[in-house]
Amino acid sequence: MRQEFTITIYTENQVGLLNRIAIIFSRRKINIESLNTSPSEVEGIHRFTIVINESEDVVRKIVRQIEKQVDVLKAYFNTNDEIIWQELALYKVPTDTIAEKVKVERLLRTYGARAVVIRKDYTIFETTGQREETDALLNVLAPFGLIEFVRSARVAIIKESSGFYEKLKEFEESEPVPKQIIL
Amino acid sequence: MQTETIKEEKTAIEETIEISGSEAVLKALIAEDVSTIFGYPGGAIMPIYDALYDYNDRLEHILVRHEQGGIHAGQGYARTSGKTGVVFATSGPGATNLVTGLADAMIDSTPLVCITGQVFAHLLGTDAFQETDIINITTPVTKWNYQITDANEIPAIMAKAFYIAGSGRPGPVLIDIAKNAQVQKINYAGYTKCTHIRSYRPKPIIREEYVKAAAEMINNAERPFVIFGQGVILGGAEAEFKNFIEKGGLPAAWTILGLSALETSHPLNVGMLGMHGNYGPNMLTNECDVLIAVGMRFDDRVTGRLDRYAKQAKVIHLDIDPSEIDKNVKADVPVWGDCKETIPMITALLDAKQRDSWTNRFKECMDQEIEAVIHEEMHPSTEQMTMGEVIDQLNELTKGDAVIVTDVGQHQMVACRYAKFVKSKSNITSGGLGTMGFALPAAIGAKYGAMDRTVVAVIGDGGIQMTIQELGTIMQNNVNVKILILNNRFLGMVRQWQQLFNEKRYSFVNIESPDYVTVAKGYRIEGNSISNREDLSKALATMLDHNGPYLLEVFVGKENNVFPMVPQGCGVSEIRLK
Repeated sequence: MRQEFTITIYTENQVGLLNRIAIIFSRRKINIESLNTSPSEVEGIHRFTIVINESEDVVRKIVRQIEKQVDVLKAYFNTNDEIIWQELALYKVPTDTIAEKVKVERLLRTYGARAVVIRKDYTIFETTGQREETDALLNVLAPFGLIEFVRSARVAIIKESSGFYEKLKEFEESEPVPKQIIL
Repeated sequence: MQTETIKEEKTAIEETIEISGSEAVLKALIAEDVSTIFGYPGGAIMPIYDALYDYNDRLEHILVRHEQGGIHAGQGYARTSGKTGVVFATSGPGATNLVTGLADAMIDSTPLVCITGQVFAHLLGTDAFQETDIINITTPVTKWNYQITDANEIPAIMAKAFYIAGSGRPGPVLIDIAKNAQVQKINYAGYTKCTHIRSYRPKPIIREEYVKAAAEMINNAERPFVIFGQGVILGGAEAEFKNFIEKGGLPAAWTILGLSALETSHPLNVGMLGMHGNYGPNMLTNECDVLIAVGMRFDDRVTGRLDRYAKQAKVIHLDIDPSEIDKNVKADVPVWGDCKETIPMITALLDAKQRDSWTNRFKECMDQEIEAVIHEEMHPSTEQMTMGEVIDQLNELTKGDAVIVTDVGQHQMVACRYAKFVKSKSNITSGGLGTMGFALPAAIGAKYGAMDRTVVAVIGDGGIQMTIQELGTIMQNNVNVKILILNNRFLGMVRQWQQLFNEKRYSFVNIESPDYVTVAKGYRIEGNSISNREDLSKALATMLDHNGPYLLEVFVGKENNVFPMVPQGCGVSEIRLK
């Protein structure tokens, strides 16, 4: 059964790694619904958050292929129940229409949004939440001449995770003493 | 970081010497115990070739005729020597010509370090002369790749490259070095081998509960069947593997990459798996109660239709690469780890057993196969020779002690089926990728990887024409390889499929050949061509006894087929004997 899975990947910060990970999906003709890269809780280690719609069997195999990459430290996959996730959305609307026709304060309260920029010609609202929440505000604003809309990739925290510090220590512990060769 | 210096009784020198990036590359190769490089120069790699001029006494460079030839030679070298093959190519077309070999090495787990030249860093992305984005082109076909634009990175990256290529499940690594980094001077403080990368775990941790479960499952089995692949060879676990099957009384069949890990004559060696494998191993895959896969990856050419593959059996899968477990066939017991370590752990827990009645089933199947297929192949009633009888005669003369390098197609299947082996690392072929044109250059590398051994390249009339230019490499370096062309005047395997599945609509399989003996003569290589059976033994003996390279063309039956065969889309027990 296909369902939404969130893949979390801890990696070294390496040029070309995004491509190396992305082609694991494209080779299997799997569409990436959302992709985010950012720093992680550990300095110098990057964190990818990727959302796909697939069966558990497929996602498990994909995650093993990802973990096999030399510069990948660890990859996890989770269902939506197992994570806390958010997306951020920005909405650009004409200020005059909005001011005239919408009770802005109530709107902001209802949708947990805030105004990031208010200018004479346009206003930018921002809200953070899950897909239904950002969509709800989008539906409300659409009739008032939405100029631009953009939504970020998903970022997610794994509920059960105790972070990456311990795991990294484990990976680094096995570091043996190297031999130097003078030529 | 503690350091221990080896070679030249110096302590870790505090002072550094100034060398170029190019020299740093060559010093890395020497430190990694590389003796042979296969390569082809060009503009963007000229500084490295210039440095090589002064290292000629310590590094042997073989000038190939095409970069694809270079990388296949590197593969052949790696496969017979067990070491990492090294290949040099220039930027642009030089680098893109490596792609087929990289893909081949990737799918067949062959350790390679390829060094490509690249345009000056400031020209990257400008469509400069002979610039190509080789890092992104080769990402899907390399275990790891990296572009160097600052020479200070060279020693550490080279160390990483060799460590990654050769450790765990081996594979190809490509290092792309911008020309400015090749000429840049650096303060060189010696070479430190890489033995650990924190993000890379070459060997998964062995879980003892699975080792125990595997042993218990085998002890309780009535009809256990071992199938093994190249993992046994790459792990250097041939002896451990033999102990394992002998103690458990376990019949064992091989994939074509696992071939030669167990000598052909071993009583428990029951033959070849897969599409053109032996009758017994295919049929009995669907009758065994425990299937023990060792260092193999259940390729579709081995399994046939998956939903009809060993459905009755419990599966134990030993592999060093965790991503192979459950990839194609679900494992009941996954034994993650290097089989050099896991096999003896299982063996220690095995009950010593003989399973004569089960093993005899394989013999009975072999008798059926001999009657239906092999007898006619070895003693044909036709006037024209068969590929099988040529290989059989070759066995007689080499006593199974030659390295057999094959290309791709009918001759490959026949050679794998009938060649006899007494030593490991003796069957070199392009398995996963099925690269026609592999054999001739791979044989060159195979010879450099095993100078004391006889190397015979068995090639079809299609494949030889794909990389025939490497006769030039053989000529220039007097590489003592024996080239045995089995000429059926067809692209035989495709023709066989067209006959069986496309109603003999022979679409573009009719291939003409040049006069190979004359071509060889042009390259100052001796040769002969025969089409009569009575000349075969003598011609093969002349080839083998010749001091130096030799080309022998043998004309064989035009429309001979390779059987048995598991047709595509069928289960292994639907194997056809005719």
